[in-house]
Amino acid sequence: MIRDITLGQYYQTDSIIHRLDPRVKIVSTVLFIISLFLVENFIGYIIAAVFLVSVIKISKVPFKFMVRGMKAVVFLMLITVVFNLFLEPGEPLVSIWKLTITKQGLRKAIFMAIRLTFLIVGSSVMTLTTTPNHLTDGIEKLLKPLRFIKVPVHEIAMMMSIALRFIPILLEETDKIMKAQLARGADFENGNILKKAKSLVPILVPLFISAFRRANDLAMAMEARCYRGGNHRTKMKPLKYKKRDLLSYLVVFGYFALIIVIKIYVKVDIWQ
Amino acid sequence: MSLIINHVSHIYSENTAMAVPALKDINLQIKDGEFIGLIGHTGSGKSTLIQHLNGLLKPTSGEIYYNGKDINDEEYDRKGLRGKVGLVFQYPEHQLFETDVFKDVCFGPKNLGLSKKETELRAYEALKQVGIEDEYFYQSPFDLSGGQKRRVAIAGVLAMKPEVLILDEPTAGLDPKGRDEILDLIAKLHRENGITVILVSHSMEDVAKYAKRLIVMNRGEVMFDNAPMEVFKHYSELEKVGLAAPQVIYIMNRLLEKGLNVNTQVSTLEEAKTEILKALR
Amino acid sequence: MGIVKTDKLTFEYIRRDEEGNVEGITRAVDEVSLDIKQGDFIAILGHNGSGKSTLAKHMNAILYPTEGTIWVDGKDTTEEEHLWDIRQTAGMVFQNPDNQIIGQVVEEDVGFGPENMGVPTKEIWERVEESLKAVGMYEFRKMSPNKLSGGQKQRVSIAGVIAMHPKCIVLDEPTAMLDPNGRKEVIRAVRALNDVEKITVILITHYMEEVIYADKVYVMDKGRIEMQGTPREIFSKVERLKALRLDVPQVTLLAHELKKNGMDIPDGILTADELASAILGQNGLL
Repeated sequence: MIRDITLGQYYQTDSIIHRLDPRVKIVSTVLFIISLFLVENFIGYIIAAVFLVSVIKISKVPFKFMVRGMKAVVFLMLITVVFNLFLEPGEPLVSIWKLTITKQGLRKAIFMAIRLTFLIVGSSVMTLTTTPNHLTDGIEKLLKPLRFIKVPVHEIAMMMSIALRFIPILLEETDKIMKAQLARGADFENGNILKKAKSLVPILVPLFISAFRRANDLAMAMEARCYRGGNHRTKMKPLKYKKRDLLSYLVVFGYFALIIVIKIYVKVDIWQ
Repeated sequence: MSLIINHVSHIYSENTAMAVPALKDINLQIKDGEFIGLIGHTGSGKSTLIQHLNGLLKPTSGEIYYNGKDINDEEYDRKGLRGKVGLVFQYPEHQLFETDVFKDVCFGPKNLGLSKKETELRAYEALKQVGIEDEYFYQSPFDLSGGQKRRVAIAGVLAMKPEVLILDEPTAGLDPKGRDEILDLIAKLHRENGITVILVSHSMEDVAKYAKRLIVMNRGEVMFDNAPMEVFKHYSELEKVGLAAPQVIYIMNRLLEKGLNVNTQVSTLEEAKTEILKALR
Repeated sequence: MGIVKTDKLTFEYIRRDEEGNVEGITRAVDEVSLDIKQGDFIAILGHNGSGKSTLAKHMNAILYPTEGTIWVDGKDTTEEEHLWDIRQTAGMVFQNPDNQIIGQVVEEDVGFGPENMGVPTKEIWERVEESLKAVGMYEFRKMSPNKLSGGQKQRVSIAGVIAMHPKCIVLDEPTAMLDPNGRKEVIRAVRALNDVEKITVILITHYMEEVIYADKVYVMDKGRIEMQGTPREIFSKVERLKALRLDVPQVTLLAHELKKNGMDIPDGILTADELASAILGQNGLL
């Protein structure tokens, strides 16, 4: 059953966003994140929001999947907001006991919350619409120039893709080993931390041995199928930019340019 | 004293879109001292069923009683149960982890809270039972041959002195020699120590040779539960669900069809030979 | 010279104890000489440790002989410039279905070999399609290998080898970890390859019922070839097979037992039909 879990969080459906070249999505996500740190006023955020919401609409992924990624970081976000709220010096608004909320603090806290939310939702759009496989391909191709400074780009991408294939298998194996040790009376729940850590040995040792055995087998199987690194290799599914990809680049660059223009020229702010 | 499986159903990932019913209303009684063959193709629910018997899985509905007590009761000592109902998983050698053979076999009894002396005594006995010589006791389990590793892993469960021994395809991946050694070992444990055995297998030939009772599972349900000979009568139904009766059954039926008055009630080669010679006399 | 030929091929490895001291030398393959004809279906039988897998790994240049020579398609495997040719000529399928699939999608895995060989993209797609169709897995091409059964995974692995257009395919115990249904699926696919695509098949196994369709069977024990011949010739030597601790199918065993009891039954019975006919024939019922 564990094998059914999807890694990352790919949401299967058919949309233009899904069909885009992964490189477009990676570059766009990076630009979007940078844009979030460039804007400093509400007009900027409204434009970012409009951009983000339109992309989500086009992607056909239900909104609740976008926010799902937030759960994990909600705590981190709260801390950031609270720190900004109370620790920013400036014009006091309310004072409770020794803590003072300033106008600037409130503003910064709100901005921070928006930034983080947009950042997480924005990168979720990428992971929800791109298979891990495609992401790996995109990263490999984008980082290709780094080969000239001796970064083993192909090898890194191959490792990522093998890891993605074997993680579900190893998870299932963990479950099996755990059950087998439970059947021998092992106890993984009771006792103090030291005892609990020790009780992991009967799971970890067999798991590592199995992982090494698999790695060995896999290396042999890859060699038998003529694998000899990235050179001379052709691609079954080469990444090629299509019209829609170039168009998307235009839209994203347009958005980015707009944000920069606003940063430079629009100084109005309803807060001031 | 027995295992009673009462209206047990199990659904994986219940309440999700991926819910899979793995067991559907299973009712079985397993008496002390039985030797049962549990057969079914991959995905028939046999592995799910055996994991219920020592409390590793909880039924979605229904109860399992061991010696009259519901094993899924709050207060029931399930750890103790796992000593009484020993479960040997498929490829059990993959759970070996200790630095030497002897220590690994001690793991089970030690978990049951036995004294050091008792633990070591049991480990020694179990290793002797599976035919591992003293010279291997202090070797790393990873240096042994495939068949030896498996016997050590089985000793790891035997050292807990189970009353019921369940083995999930104990011969998978072994060659004929290794397979015969394991099956003979199981038969010996049953014969000499009176352990109740549930042998999960794909091979009708293996099961027919040892088991007195055959439970055939298909799609989460018990399809047949009878003496091997009786079950093999339904060989064409067995074929439909991806199983097959031992080859001798086919020969006997072919002979009967072609007009030789032979008794087709056989399950082993020896029986077939006797019946054919008798019919030709 | 056939597609695979060995001359006194010997492979030794050194056993060491925990401190790394030499404990002894094991001869896994001992002066094996054989010559396999292009287009044949060959089976190599033997129990674990008989040297059959070690021998198989020489055919793909994963291992090299300690002594003697092996030629694949006329090329000596120890000559480095032929390495990739040899691996392409003699494709290899291994035992564990999980540990030889690299792709996360069936079709991508089948394309892995051709990609490594530098086949142009368009041709990769053609090869993937024809290979998946040859093993009956085309409809599964978009699936994750993790969702397939063991037999299906092995068929994908076989397709992955066929896509490299080998002359010969070496299967190293491809069915050892499968259930009976999976085993049948794989053997059916392998036989089709040999019949239809005329690819030389070298099947390493310890299941005797899988070898009855072979053109020639070699039986290995202790690194040596102990017996060779057609399946019928091999199966007629029941006592010898038993001594080698091989698993004689029930039909053959029963025929042998009946013969020992004075019945007139030919040697080397392979199927239930043959045995039934032989029994009835000698009883005058046919």
